[in-house]
Amino acid sequence: MADPQVEIGRSAPAEEAGQTSTYATASQWQLIRRKFRRHRLAVVSVWVLVLLYGMALFAQFLSPHDPFEFNDKLVGAPPMRVRIVEDNKLQRPFVYGYKRTVDFATMRRYYEVDPETKFVIRFFAKGFSYELWNLFPTDRHLLAAEDGGYLHLLGTDRLGRDMVARILYGARASLSIGLVGVLISFVLGLVIGGISGLVGGVVDDVIQRLIEIIRSFPTIPLWMALAAIVPKEWPQLWVYFGITIIVSLIGWTSLARVVRGKFLSLRDDDYVVAARLSGGGNAWIIRKHLLPAFASHVIASLTLAIPAMILAETALSFLGLGLRQPFISWGVLLQEAQNVRSVALMPWVFTPVLFIIVTVLAFNFVGDGMRDAADPYA
Amino acid sequence: MATYIVRRVFYMIPTLLVISFLSFLIMQAPPGDFLTSYIAELSASGEQVDLELVESLRATYGLDEPWYVQYWLWISRFVRGDFGTSFEWNVPVRELIGQRLALTIFISMLTLLFTWIVALAIGVYSAVYQYSIGDYIVTTIGFLGLATPNFMLALILMYIAFQVFGISVGGLFSPDYTNAPWTWGKFVDLMKHVWIPVIVIGTAGTASLIRVMRANLLDELKKPYVVTAQAKGVPAWRALFKYPFRVAINPFLSTIGWLLPALISGDIIVSVVLSLQTTGPLYYRALLSQDMFLAGGLLMLLAILTVIGTLLSDILLAWVDPRVRYE
Repeated sequence: MADPQVEIGRSAPAEEAGQTSTYATASQWQLIRRKFRRHRLAVVSVWVLVLLYGMALFAQFLSPHDPFEFNDKLVGAPPMRVRIVEDNKLQRPFVYGYKRTVDFATMRRYYEVDPETKFVIRFFAKGFSYELWNLFPTDRHLLAAEDGGYLHLLGTDRLGRDMVARILYGARASLSIGLVGVLISFVLGLVIGGISGLVGGVVDDVIQRLIEIIRSFPTIPLWMALAAIVPKEWPQLWVYFGITIIVSLIGWTSLARVVRGKFLSLRDDDYVVAARLSGGGNAWIIRKHLLPAFASHVIASLTLAIPAMILAETALSFLGLGLRQPFISWGVLLQEAQNVRSVALMPWVFTPVLFIIVTVLAFNFVGDGMRDAADPYA
Repeated sequence: MATYIVRRVFYMIPTLLVISFLSFLIMQAPPGDFLTSYIAELSASGEQVDLELVESLRATYGLDEPWYVQYWLWISRFVRGDFGTSFEWNVPVRELIGQRLALTIFISMLTLLFTWIVALAIGVYSAVYQYSIGDYIVTTIGFLGLATPNFMLALILMYIAFQVFGISVGGLFSPDYTNAPWTWGKFVDLMKHVWIPVIVIGTAGTASLIRVMRANLLDELKKPYVVTAQAKGVPAWRALFKYPFRVAINPFLSTIGWLLPALISGDIIVSVVLSLQTTGPLYYRALLSQDMFLAGGLLMLLAILTVIGTLLSDILLAWVDPRVRYE
């Protein structure tokens, strides 16, 4: 008489031997979570992503200034430093304003820290009014300078707009494009890959050839061409979805391959055959047995697909083919950094790149961790 | 081997058909036909529109015919090497593309070589000295290279060159050589400029190749036959290069398949930033001004280039690995 718990316990890897009892009774997702936690970089990255998406979600609240507001007194001003010491005494956090001198020969502006003007930083202070998520009208902000002062912690751009606010607002478009794009890829990949793996035969051949052809296309030229077709008269939101769809057009192919491969290898597994012999319908078997079996793999490949989409949006917008002003995304912000001279004169317009790099790295690490954890029995 | 090559070439035909179809679709996508927008542009800038010329162009490209006739007219000319006329530049597309396409191929090949050499060396190093400080440094740099957008890397390198060396590094030639005929001097001048785009385009590919190489070699090094060889006192370098290295390098060749589209993609966007005289900036401008004949032709050529590259890599792989031939 076989005891099912011993049966499972025996297949556990040797390193788990010490915790056999909990290992044997743990569900698949518990095992996955346990294995994922061992990839420390991935765990840290999850928190980084939570932070980034939190920033995007509360962009309005976190921005000290309106991202569309021109500050004509501080055009292209460098980042302000937060200070807490004045006259050797500890103070509330504050920043100094700038004194501007203009070299009329080159029309270049120079900014010098001006200890005469001092802006004290207030928490939960009043600033520009907004509606949080279009629901709650308010004018409270996490940080703001006291009485109409300026607080440009990352400097201002060529037109005197606050970089902190623009990066936060840009995060909303740049970070959501990856998610929405992956959702589209997910549906396409699941349906097409599923059909390919289930039906097999000629259909499978045709779909596989098509995927190979799409993958052999150099992606950026194709994206550029598709993005260039998007009519310039379209409203911003349409352009946003247009670009998202374009970016996800390539992503689905790798997912379709994963799904197909899993379908093929699982189709003839003993437990699936048993389910079929017991009279289970196709849809039921897929839902009950196949989907749970490869869900973790799908999630891992989805996570790894997101950074490519974020980079694609950035590249397209940077070239002026993707999202356009006044819409804000990290790619749109980088249009300011298009030539060496502007980068040399105002290096702080480069900061969106840091956010892009951190986001892409975090997604890569999380995806790596997920891939390792996807099959907890291995 | 011959059968394999023939079958592989035969496989290319549907691929090329789909590619030509996609390119044609993109050419057709902007509202109205390109002649209408061409005329609109001419009238807007106050230039006289030659109605007779327009009519003859309309007939040549079959713009009043259904789409499949237009497609046939376009593709049959394309195959014969007549890529149509660029309306923006008012010269045949072929003249515009010629040297630029050659430079794109040249840079892509050079980048491929760079990627391979660097990724091989570093991959082997970080596999042999796993978890050493060097391994960690290399892995970190690799990940950073993977995460930094290509075009930003180009800007950063330009910025550094600008700040540190005080030189501007855009372009592929010094002003003296830009329009000069090909000489040894011009070639040397090209080599002086070409390293920045090669590094920039190669970084992302190198980063992922290093990881592939490292993982492959690590798998191989743990196998019993390597341990046996080491135990028998085979010198370390021999125990590495005689077998494990050669097995690990195999999947390397098959990566050309995806590396090549990535390189050509990278070249397009990086050369826009660095204003290289390759196909990139030309393609970019054609798209911005909706010069669709030029854009469609270029897209098609770039795709064909990748398909041929993939074919070559498949043949190479079949030559190295007999198993592929008999699959």
